[in-house]
Amino acid sequence: MSSTTNSPTHHTSTIGAIGAPSRRNTELAMLVFAVVIPVFAYANVGLAINDSVPPGLLSYGCGLGLLAAIGHLVVRKFAPYADPLLLPLATLLNGLGLVVIWRLDQSKLLQSLPNYVEAAPRQLLYTALGIAMFSAVLIFLKDHRVLQRYTYISMFAALVLLLLPLVPGLGANIYGAKIWIRVPGLGSLQPGEFAKIILAVFFAGYLMVKRDALALASRRVMGLYLPRGRDLGPIIVVWGISILILVFETDLGTSLLFFGMFVIMLYVATERTSWIVFGLLMSAAGAVGVASFEPHVQQRVQAWLDPLGEYKLSQQGVFGHSEQSMQALWAFGSGGTLGSGLGQGHSDLIRFAANSDFILATFGEELGLAGLMAILLLYGLIVERGVRTALAARDPFGKLLAIGLSGAFALQVFVVAGGVMGLIPLTGMTMPFLAYGGSSVLANWALIGILIRISDTARRPAPTPAGNPDAEMTQVVRP
Amino acid sequence: MSELTLTVMRLGFLAVLWLFVIVAVQVIRSDLFGTRVTQRGARRDAGRAQQSQRQQAPPQQRQQPAAGRQRRNAPTKLVVSEGTLTGTTVALQGQTISLGRAHDSTIVLDDDYASSRHARIYPDRDGQWIVEDLGSTNGTYLDRSRLTTPTPIPLGAPIRIGKTVIELRK
Repeated sequence: MSSTTNSPTHHTSTIGAIGAPSRRNTELAMLVFAVVIPVFAYANVGLAINDSVPPGLLSYGCGLGLLAAIGHLVVRKFAPYADPLLLPLATLLNGLGLVVIWRLDQSKLLQSLPNYVEAAPRQLLYTALGIAMFSAVLIFLKDHRVLQRYTYISMFAALVLLLLPLVPGLGANIYGAKIWIRVPGLGSLQPGEFAKIILAVFFAGYLMVKRDALALASRRVMGLYLPRGRDLGPIIVVWGISILILVFETDLGTSLLFFGMFVIMLYVATERTSWIVFGLLMSAAGAVGVASFEPHVQQRVQAWLDPLGEYKLSQQGVFGHSEQSMQALWAFGSGGTLGSGLGQGHSDLIRFAANSDFILATFGEELGLAGLMAILLLYGLIVERGVRTALAARDPFGKLLAIGLSGAFALQVFVVAGGVMGLIPLTGMTMPFLAYGGSSVLANWALIGILIRISDTARRPAPTPAGNPDAEMTQVVRP
Repeated sequence: MSELTLTVMRLGFLAVLWLFVIVAVQVIRSDLFGTRVTQRGARRDAGRAQQSQRQQAPPQQRQQPAAGRQRRNAPTKLVVSEGTLTGTTVALQGQTISLGRAHDSTIVLDDDYASSRHARIYPDRDGQWIVEDLGSTNGTYLDRSRLTTPTPIPLGAPIRIGKTVIELRK
């Protein structure tokens, strides 16, 4: 009835993961570095604009340092084995964003605009709220697999959040995109940013259950696996939703983000290239279809194809045309390779949205190509750590959620950076962490919190809930 | 502010920014732990050599050096104390022991209340034995509590699977 497997005379060796140290001290060192860089940048801006070290240097430095310290202590206590780089990278980007927002606050031109508000103190407040959100995620989400229980609830929550801006009286049409809701007493909120995370939870939970049906039940036609009609249902629904967002909220970016995230997760879940082909075809068809009758989208495409013509029209005072695309390109051009130096560019000429959608233009002008590449690499590293977390995670839900969140993050960076640089039509989205905006900062800190939670579970040495001894201890028998 | 200072600051800032990126990449590099290959055989030989030097070593430890590893309280065998297999013992030699109704289990349980792949018992890196429930229908109980996570097994604690009770003994 019972038997033992290994005879004791065999030489056996165990191949296992080397005990991962918690790496919290590495994180602390990187965090100190990540706080020092923005402080340096802040002093640099002050010296360049006012010839003096800015008076707020100490308070801004301490504020950012305190927030980073809180984040670090929460990670140390509640996610001791988490990835050491995610928090420092996010802190650095957030700090640099704060500095550049403050730098744009100093611009006389922007100060003369009618709707000028000092954005930097608010952004610092949003950052504090973001860190609070991050801490709350780590403290209350003990195990990311709890989210799996809320698969369908999160689908409804995401749909409600997406539809909220369309509700009369609640939604606000700000500059041609209906992606805002007004919360009385709090200001306006961008529910799409939060829907991004919640939708990733739904996709991960759904695809984990359905991926076998999606991957295996298919016919092979011309080298492509064609899925069955009934399996196509969800992708068509998601496609329809993103098209509806595009039509009714005229928000090209969010629509692209959701559909792209779904296709990425579908591909990761099923390993079928055909899904990517379908996804690209469907999104292209949808975008072309909507662009054919939606004037807002048409105008964006026109501005992308001919930014200079758009600029001329706007200078002639033709309504509905924007000079910003061309100005952003000029800002990049005037920055050159090494940039004009912090505080010495003229990207404030972009005026409206210079510190939110177009903040990358300021980075491009004042830090040049070299600085912009470093910024993009910082984003790339965050995405890399997210994908790495997905690889290391042992449960399929955690894998899919991590890949979905980092995919959404990467797509957002691509859509915004590509739009500002003229690679793709411009969309009204914010650069994660850099741009001014409460919803964006809050949602992205929550996203980093979830990634840190998954990476903590993935990197925690056995025995833990995720510890799978088969993956860790492979028995190799050598004669 | 002089032009020179600003230029130095501008280039210095870019350098610092890139230094951060490079340090971050270095952290990633040192984060790739790779795999560690432990020579079980070599370690056992080493353990034997050590024990032959210590003449006073208890005889039972000399027989089971692989699982024992200098731990005084390490269990050496798994004993079935209740159920149809009562009296069966399996020597603990560092291998994973699977329990269930499936025919390829280490201990094949003839028990309607056991799942086909019910639980497994395995040593972790420190030689501590861990019991893990493999998503069984009726659950695995250590003492009175149902297992939800892989749990270290105290010596002599009853592990209940259906009608079968097993424990680890010295």
